[in-house]
Amino acid sequence: MSETLYPVTLEVNGVLHTARVPARLSLVDCLRDELRLTGTHIGCEHGICGACSVMLDGEPVRSCLMFAVQADGHKVTTVEGLTNADGTPGILQDSFCEKHALQCGYCTSGMLIAAHALLQTVKRPTDEQIREAIGGNLCRCTGYQQIVDAVKHAAARLGEKGR
Amino acid sequence: MKAASFDYVRAASVAEACEMLRQDGDDVKLIAGGQSLMPMMAMRLTRPFRLIDIDQIGALKFIAFGENVARTGACTRQSAIARDEALAAHVPLLRKALAWVGHVQTRNRGTVGGSLAHADPAAELPLVARVLDAQIVARSDKGTRTLPAAGFFVGPLTTALAAHECLEEIHWPMWSGRRTGSAFTEVSRRHGDFAIVEACAQIVLDDDGRCTRASFGLGGGGTAPLAFPALAARLNGSMLEDAVLQSVAHDAANELDPGGDLHASAGYRKHLAAVLAIRVLRAAYDEARSKP
Repeated sequence: MSETLYPVTLEVNGVLHTARVPARLSLVDCLRDELRLTGTHIGCEHGICGACSVMLDGEPVRSCLMFAVQADGHKVTTVEGLTNADGTPGILQDSFCEKHALQCGYCTSGMLIAAHALLQTVKRPTDEQIREAIGGNLCRCTGYQQIVDAVKHAAARLGEKGR
Repeated sequence: MKAASFDYVRAASVAEACEMLRQDGDDVKLIAGGQSLMPMMAMRLTRPFRLIDIDQIGALKFIAFGENVARTGACTRQSAIARDEALAAHVPLLRKALAWVGHVQTRNRGTVGGSLAHADPAAELPLVARVLDAQIVARSDKGTRTLPAAGFFVGPLTTALAAHECLEEIHWPMWSGRRTGSAFTEVSRRHGDFAIVEACAQIVLDDDGRCTRASFGLGGGGTAPLAFPALAARLNGSMLEDAVLQSVAHDAANELDPGGDLHASAGYRKHLAAVLAIRVLRAAYDEARSKP
C-alpha cells in the first residue's frame, strides 16, 4: 500500500523548496531526507532533547514535534543558515569552537539555534537567561558551562561588531 | 519513533472542523501545536487514522477582554499568552504558570487549548483553569456549550469533551480587587518536565489586610488537578495568620490520594503537596500584602 503524498512548499534559509511527503513525515526528517540539509540532528524524536531545534518564522521550535505538512508555507532557518554568506562559520558558531562548547557535536545544531534565538532578542544575556534559553537542549559532554561561556562570548563579539 | 501513517486534512474554519469530526467519528484527532500529540503518535501510544489540522484557523487565535473575563482562543500559542502584558495584569497566574511549561521551543508551538484538551494530570494550565474556575467553550456541529473547569478534567488525558467536539475558547475569570496576589510553584526532576506535584493560589485582601477571596489547588497528586473551594472559604474573613494557612494546606494535602511511581512515592507526593500548598498560599498573601 502506498501512502498519500502531500505537496509542501518551504522556505529554508532563504531558498524555496517543494517536496511531496507523507503526512507522518516530521519536519526534521523532511529537512534531512528530502531536502538533504543534514545539519539539523535527530535525537530523541519525541521532544525531549532539543537537538532538532530550528527557527520557524523567526521563533525556535522542535522540528521533531511538527509534521512537515504543518510547515507548508512557512519559513525555516536551520543551523546551515547561521553561517556567513561565504559559508564560513558565523560569530556564534566560531565562539562555540573558541570556547570548546562541544565535544561530540550531536547537540550542537540545537544549541546553536537556541542560542541564536536568544541573541535575536537579548543582546547581552545574563548567565541565567542563557541557561533558560538552552534549558530545553540536552548535552551529555560539556556540562553546559562552556556553552554558556560561548554564548556570552558571542554576545560580546556581536556587540563589538555592531558598534 | 516514527508515527504510523495517517490522513491529513486542514480545516479552514471551526465549522468545517466540526463537520469533519461529525463525519469521521472516533478515530480522528484534532491537531494544533501538536506538542503532546506528536510524541504520543511517535511512540505509537495513539494511532489516529486522520488528523484534522486546526492550527491555521485565525479565529481560534486571539486574546480578548470582556467584563471580568479574559478570553483566549484555543489555538493561541503558549508563548503569546506568556508575552501578553494585559493578560499578565488581569490573569497573572497564566504567565506565572507558563514559566514552568516545557521550554521556549515547545511554548512557541504549544497552544493553551491543546494543553487543556490533552489534560495531563500534572500539567500547569489545567491547574490554573481549575483554581480560577475557567469556563471552557466547546463547539460541535450542533452548537456550542460551556463547561466549567471543575467538570472538565475527568481523569488522566480524559476530559468531558465529546469525540465530535472542538475546544473553541477559554474564559479566564479576572479577579477585581486592587490587593490581589497569586503564586504558582512546582517540583519536577528537571525544570520544564511535568510536575511531580504543583500548586497555585490566588488571594484578595481588603484595606485592613483581611482576606476577601481565595482559591488554591494542587496537581500531580492525583488523576486530575484539584481545587479546594471549601478549604479556601475558611480563609475568607481571616487575617491569614500562618497557622490558618498551614491548617488549610495540611487539610488539602490530606484530601489527595496520590499514586507512587518511578519518580516519587505516594508518601513523598503527599508531603510535597502540603509543603507546596503552604508555599503558594504564603507567596500569594505576601504579594497581595505588598500592594498599597
